Amino acid sequence: MDAEWKKTLEDGTEIVRTCAWSPPGCHPVGCGLKLHVKDGKLIKVEGDPEHPVTKGRLCVRCLSLKDYIYHEDRIIYPMKRAKEDRGLDKRERISWEEAMDIFAEALKANQEKYGYEGSCLFNGTGRAACIHAALGCYSVLQSPNQCYALSGWSCYGPRCAVVNFVAGAGIPEMDYAAGFPLRYDDPSFQVPNYILVWGKEPPKSNSDGLFGHALIELMRLGAKLITVDPRMTWLATRSHLALRLRPGTDAALAMGILNVIINEDLYDHDFVDKWCYGFEQLAERVQEYPVEKVAEITEVPAEKIIEAGRALAQSPSSMTWGLSVDEAPNGVQTGQALMAIMAITGNLDIPGGTILGPVAGLGGAEEKDVPTQVPEDALSKKVGVDKYPAVGMIQNTVHPDLFLECLETDDPYPVRFAWLQSSNLISPTCSAQPSRWHKALQKMDFVVATDTFMNPTIMAVGDLFLPVATFAEGDGVVFTHFGSNTTNCSAINKAITVGEAKSDPEICFMLAKRIFPDIYTASVDELVHGYLSGLGAMSGAQNWYELRDIGTAQVPVTYKKYEKGLLRADGKPGFSTPTGRVELWTTMYRNLGDDPLPYYFEPKMSPSNTPEYEFILTTGSRRVTSFHSEHRQIKNLRDIHPNPVLEMNPADAKKHGIEEGDWVRIVNEHGSARYKVEITPILKKGVVNAAHGWWFPEEDPNEPNLYGVWKSNVNNMIPHGDIGKIGFGAPFKSAMCNIEKAE
Amino acid sequence: MINGLLVDTQYCTGCYTCEIACRNEKEIPAGQWGIKLNQVGPFCVSEEEDKFIWNYTPMVTELCDLCADRVAAGQKPACVHHCLADALEYGPLSELVAKMEAKGERAYLMIP
Ligand code: SF4
Ligand code: SF4
Ligand code: SF4
Repeated sequence: MDAEWKKTLEDGTEIVRTCAWSPPGCHPVGCGLKLHVKDGKLIKVEGDPEHPVTKGRLCVRCLSLKDYIYHEDRIIYPMKRAKEDRGLDKRERISWEEAMDIFAEALKANQEKYGYEGSCLFNGTGRAACIHAALGCYSVLQSPNQCYALSGWSCYGPRCAVVNFVAGAGIPEMDYAAGFPLRYDDPSFQVPNYILVWGKEPPKSNSDGLFGHALIELMRLGAKLITVDPRMTWLATRSHLALRLRPGTDAALAMGILNVIINEDLYDHDFVDKWCYGFEQLAERVQEYPVEKVAEITEVPAEKIIEAGRALAQSPSSMTWGLSVDEAPNGVQTGQALMAIMAITGNLDIPGGTILGPVAGLGGAEEKDVPTQVPEDALSKKVGVDKYPAVGMIQNTVHPDLFLECLETDDPYPVRFAWLQSSNLISPTCSAQPSRWHKALQKMDFVVATDTFMNPTIMAVGDLFLPVATFAEGDGVVFTHFGSNTTNCSAINKAITVGEAKSDPEICFMLAKRIFPDIYTASVDELVHGYLSGLGAMSGAQNWYELRDIGTAQVPVTYKKYEKGLLRADGKPGFSTPTGRVELWTTMYRNLGDDPLPYYFEPKMSPSNTPEYEFILTTGSRRVTSFHSEHRQIKNLRDIHPNPVLEMNPADAKKHGIEEGDWVRIVNEHGSARYKVEITPILKKGVVNAAHGWWFPEEDPNEPNLYGVWKSNVNNMIPHGDIGKIGFGAPFKSAMCNIEKAE
Repeated sequence: MINGLLVDTQYCTGCYTCEIACRNEKEIPAGQWGIKLNQVGPFCVSEEEDKFIWNYTPMVTELCDLCADRVAAGQKPACVHHCLADALEYGPLSELVAKMEAKGERAYLMIP
């Protein structure tokens, strides 16, 4: 890459080389950009062709960066609103000095009344703020209660737990040679025979930082896809096998595939003998899942299940697993079975296989890693981890479902100060039953929000708004897979200043200095860059400034880390599990009170368990034009997908006299929501797919309308607390509903 | 010599990047297009085999000048440069025809 991060052209235009990570919302893909700046203003965005992975390519969201940054609705100065005016579209511009005073006084008052545990911080999903949340919560608030409000922590957390418990490693990802300077031409890389794409659409989602279009590159090189999705997605139309399962039956399908691999003796005996634990028990368990029975449960034809097992046994083959593993109470079993498929076929950590992350868990700091710490007695009061220790161990946050109950009932204790750090949780994004969260948040004595735009959640309860910089307006770091399996680590370079917006780390350190002037004596700039240097250490750069000169550091992939002692703290070969092996029979599951072997159970809401409903309701599929609840006010993007859409099969639509574009109500015992129908044969009969993240920035912001956030709020139909045994997974992808015609 | 754009309909993922990249580059207002994404399908051609056809077909309009300024400056057209699937290629028609022949399937050429 260009060694100069900034160049000035003759006409005074500056070209700033940088990589992207939210805001605007995105996962840590870190696509390479060249930002053109004239007279302090961003005038043009161009993809950086020298980025080793993205090579100049950009999605519509970074291409619309200018529209986002300079949007008339963006809030770029600190704002306050009197508590009695909550829910009213009123706010008053204040200085950062006043804002920090208000913050510090409110926090102090709250701590005096309710203790350190009486405050909390909500982080959203995917945005860089979910890394900086630890700094805000543990260092600034000194509270143990960091909360990701999604029921069952149903995003990434369950998969992190699975791989940690089963293999003692960081998140697995398909090998796309992202760590090699020569990429696919590196002599040690092999093109996989088959790629199992389970419950995700990478070209649209780029989830977890995987550059989704790498799949297209691998297909061009000859890799064949096996897609697992109830819908016939575009990717599925180009797949060798499209396994269109009934939503919520993923664990059964994975067990069926394991049955084929084991009973047809297709597994890698050598790997199983040397590196796996509990194969006999697993082999016995899969006998409960004969292919015909699995075909009946999942609606995937038996021949296809058999073919999938046979294909995946042809090493190298790889897997990229998605959100649908997380968004099910049965999800940690699905993940466990998928890890078993990759392990016993000998596809773990080999060229063209599924690469294991060297570090377990999500990136970012723990309480012990931040400068000011949560006092011991408060730390032990983190809500819900006594009941669900796995969530505390893996994610280091409260348990979301129990935290809602805590806010509602003040049991075990009252919490009255909340920080919404880039989380619009009452929109249909990262919570189940958002109307309950709405009421719970209204109980707060004080709510501070750090964000880029006003949104329904802040409109409802925010007292203080601190404006957050986009990635073009502050220095930062981006690392794929949140640091858990990073192949690319890049510097984010400040190119412009907009109003008085500050980056999330800047805000955290400004507040920390205000609250602890004796501890944080260095300047904000020094503190921020010291912190960023730490976060970017995986790049191998000495500090952040060195990383800025490098641009994007490719973190070399080491294959077969388990042979080289690279997965264990003691440097011995093997895996970092109690037995030192990949645990097909998982000790940690047993210790946590779950079955040590994978199993399937029928979802609580399902055609047989709740026959009063006609349709399976699935949610959360991606559109490139938005990141969850973001981007709805960006005209070029909104024009592409203007309405909340419900996808429905033609036969189902006909039966109900519904025509393309009709408005319908989705209804179940928990709530209802209004959607516009798109009739499409890609949906199975009896399954409807509702878009998430909707609110309407053009509508009345005042309570009770709140930008229309309750109109198409599909999350209100997802039950609270329907989670798996060890606390992970909720049925965002397999609830049930009826459909009625609406006006 | 006439230049054009070659579209790979096997791998165009329908990501809309070409539309927005073009609109930015040519300062085209909302509601107008220099290149517009269309699609054929999805429709089922065999229920038995669960086989579907679903192709994205971006098409240039008269507002496209094949990014004359960018090309003159030695750059690729904005849509080609940013296309996420590398499904667009720019060049002289004769060269593109040869590439199309080599590909042998699922592609078309367009000129504005
Ligand atoms: S995937 Fe993310 S980082 Fe990449 S271009 Fe899109 S919004 Fe930007
Ligand atoms: S070549 Fe340039 S003008 Fe033509 S469609 Fe592409 S971006 Fe637009
Ligand atoms: S940018 Fe490329 S992949 Fe995306 S829609 Fe246009 S032609 Fe297709």
